[in-house]
Amino acid sequence: MARRITNRRKVVISLIAWSIALALFFPILWTFLTSFKTEGDAVATPPQFLFFHWTTENYIEVQARSDYFLHFFNSVVIAVGSTLIGLAIAIPAAWAMAFAPTKRTKDILMWMLSTKMMPPVGALIPIYLIFRNMGLLDSRWGLVGVLTLINLPIIVWMLYTYFKEIPGEILEAARMDGASLMKEIVYVLTPMAVPGIASTLLLNIILAWNEAFWTLNLSTSEAAPLTTFIASYSSPEGLFYAKLSAASTMAIAPILILGWFSQKQLVRGLTFGAVK
Amino acid sequence: MGSITIRNVSKTFGEAKVIPNIDLEINDGEFVVFVGPSGCGKSTLLRLIAGLEDVSGGQILIDGKDVTEAAPAERGLAMVFQSYALYPHMSVRNNIAFPLKMANMDQALINKKVEGAAKVLNLTDYLDRRPGQLSGGQRQRVAIGRAIVREPSAFLFDEPLSNLDAALRGTMRLEISDLHYQLKTTMVYVTHDQIEAMTMADKIVVLNRGNIEQVGSPLELYKSPRNLFVAGFIGSPRMNLIEGDYARSKNAKTVGIRPEHLLPSKQSGLWRGTVTVAEHLGADTFLHANVDGLGPITARVDGEFGVKHGETVYLTPDESKLHRFDDKGLALGPALTGA
Amino acid sequence: MATFHTRSAARLMMAPSVLLLFAWMIVPLATTIYFSTLNYNLLSPGDHAFLGITNYQYFLTDPAFFDALINTLLLVGGVLFITIIGGIGFALLLDQQIYGQGIVRILAIAPFFVMPTVAALVWKNMFMNPVNGLFAYFFRLAGMEPLDWLASIPLFSIIIIVAWQWLPFATLILLTSLQSLDEEQKEAAEMDGASAFSRFIYLTLPHMARAITVVILIETIFLLSVFAEILVTTNGGPGTDSTNLTYLIYSQALLQFDIGGASAGGIVAVILANIVAIFLVRIVGKNLEA
Repeated sequence: MARRITNRRKVVISLIAWSIALALFFPILWTFLTSFKTEGDAVATPPQFLFFHWTTENYIEVQARSDYFLHFFNSVVIAVGSTLIGLAIAIPAAWAMAFAPTKRTKDILMWMLSTKMMPPVGALIPIYLIFRNMGLLDSRWGLVGVLTLINLPIIVWMLYTYFKEIPGEILEAARMDGASLMKEIVYVLTPMAVPGIASTLLLNIILAWNEAFWTLNLSTSEAAPLTTFIASYSSPEGLFYAKLSAASTMAIAPILILGWFSQKQLVRGLTFGAVK
Repeated sequence: MGSITIRNVSKTFGEAKVIPNIDLEINDGEFVVFVGPSGCGKSTLLRLIAGLEDVSGGQILIDGKDVTEAAPAERGLAMVFQSYALYPHMSVRNNIAFPLKMANMDQALINKKVEGAAKVLNLTDYLDRRPGQLSGGQRQRVAIGRAIVREPSAFLFDEPLSNLDAALRGTMRLEISDLHYQLKTTMVYVTHDQIEAMTMADKIVVLNRGNIEQVGSPLELYKSPRNLFVAGFIGSPRMNLIEGDYARSKNAKTVGIRPEHLLPSKQSGLWRGTVTVAEHLGADTFLHANVDGLGPITARVDGEFGVKHGETVYLTPDESKLHRFDDKGLALGPALTGA
Repeated sequence: MATFHTRSAARLMMAPSVLLLFAWMIVPLATTIYFSTLNYNLLSPGDHAFLGITNYQYFLTDPAFFDALINTLLLVGGVLFITIIGGIGFALLLDQQIYGQGIVRILAIAPFFVMPTVAALVWKNMFMNPVNGLFAYFFRLAGMEPLDWLASIPLFSIIIIVAWQWLPFATLILLTSLQSLDEEQKEAAEMDGASAFSRFIYLTLPHMARAITVVILIETIFLLSVFAEILVTTNGGPGTDSTNLTYLIYSQALLQFDIGGASAGGIVAVILANIVAIFLVRIVGKNLEA
């Protein structure tokens, strides 16, 4: 008897949960659908849900109008580049903090976290002026540098929490077995930490891809990643919903897919290990 | 060869003096067990020998050579860790081969040695599995395999059986003892379990708060503990320690009598008590009784001796087996006939 | 727990991260403090006279600052309110047995991965537009006059957009925390005769307390610097109705070119953020010890 009640309960709860989830997802779904409509169908009354004339015209037009692939390429370079450089700097640091901690290790970690909390607008003016004077405005490498620095604390923290879970005894065993420090990191630590390093990589690509303060302020056209590219649609121009949707879909699709893979790590990474 | 000399070694972590000052000689081929309660410094002492920690003072010599400053790999020792510390991303074969690869040994020779070790340890069928697919006992054997292929001058064991269940612990105890008999290599073994210490050791080192309380063979420690700590730590069930009038009558601050040295009777005896719990183990019964004037006393009696909770029992100590201790807790020597 | 050898290697390996972050923190901060004391406008070249605290006086007494401060607080508070309450409710729902839980999670988390400019533009045009937006269509369907969301209730509209992005984050973290609640504890409470409601009050809520605090603090850090959503929807307007501190400082620096004044504003923002940061560092620090 108890079981029958549980089943009915499960159906009701499932219905509510599905409704909320679909409501949250709806703007994305709507954008996706609109991207395949003609501009006329996009603003039709009543709104066309599925039975409209499907077309891929918008995607072609978005690319033709403003070279979507250039901005896509910029986003990839900036997000992946800043993450890889960040990892190269952070892996040794995280090794040191996890396996050879000193009394100051905790303070250093906390201090790194606190740099992440500085509001970017506090640093905007000097960075903007430095970039202007050095000709780095609207350059890919300038943005790679800035995004490396703003995500470095998160990368160090994530790696640190993953490395901490690797038992120190295993590294000590390697040391007893005659491995040098280099061999210990290459043959033992890194293979064991691959899942952790991979999720750190994933999450930081996502964060860098969606970063919209520095990219908007430091890039305009040539180096502009998708965040800036999309912002160029902010001034309305006749009928443009379908094109906006096509551009938006292309901008968020890759990261949405990466994001779904990294849900679990996301919690850990963004809460600095405070919630697992 | 594998003799280890520890000379005036001390270790401090920040403010905490974990090991004040220790001198110890471990002879070649000996099975030495460091035993003591948790936090007594036994694991730290082992890690100092391994080179995983720096000493704060003193010297460590292996085969007469000063290795105080040497890296762990240069000391020619092998270690089996409490968690086994197997490399989870490598097969059993590669785990065992790892130290040989680090020594740049020829691959054919590595294969031969790994297979030899696997045969000795009954691991041949598991060579291509990952550690995660093995049982606790098998992992333990892989860890031992990884240690023996190096042919070290001494093995270090850090509580290797504490993660196994009771039955497996018994089997592995025998296997390690057997291994020592075959290899005749020095073994230094850390445990908090005095049964492991008693059953396996040639020489037991009892540690307490970073100090050596006593060094000796299992029987020496059992028969003549040097002080109250060793008396209470070695032997199961624990020795009964009695203060007061009875101790004074023996000219001591404290007297100790092991549970197996008490003669029980239902009719008469020196001490009269009420049974609180009788633990029937089959062959033996552990009798916990509340003795008038003395408090709780444990006796180990024959399994046939049937008493129940609440019944009266008489206990008479075998006075030739009494241990006497002074007010500093040091042993006074046997009291044959009393004062 | 290591030897001298490994410790010195460790110091060497930490150096690049520490030095880079130190430079990243100290150079802009020092420069901003320096600029904030100057009469420095990009449109008037020449000497930048030293002004002392005048820029701060101007910035703090500017009515726009007060508006921006209130707007910042309303934005942060509003989004927090929606995401925490909604997040707890939704997380409790998802923690039950439901059909297709994996898909529900995937759908619900998606908005968090949408870049801020896309989120803002999609909401602005396809939902909140008073002529062609979906909301306008539903208003008309219900026989009401369509609402020009971003013109008549700009701040509230931005709160909705930002809350849509952060509700999944709050839900996901609170759900993770819920799932780590020991099943046996719940069963023990059930055996002890606790009702579902008292189990929530005495068991679940205290267990989630830390996750809730963490969500509040992390969201606050990000919400204090909301920028793109304002830039592409309202440009802070109408007037200063949807200008927050970040946007105010941005417009002073890069639209009015008043470097001195904007720098003073930047320092004020840093101080405000640090007050929040102190709490976050404490909480995460406690977790480090555990």
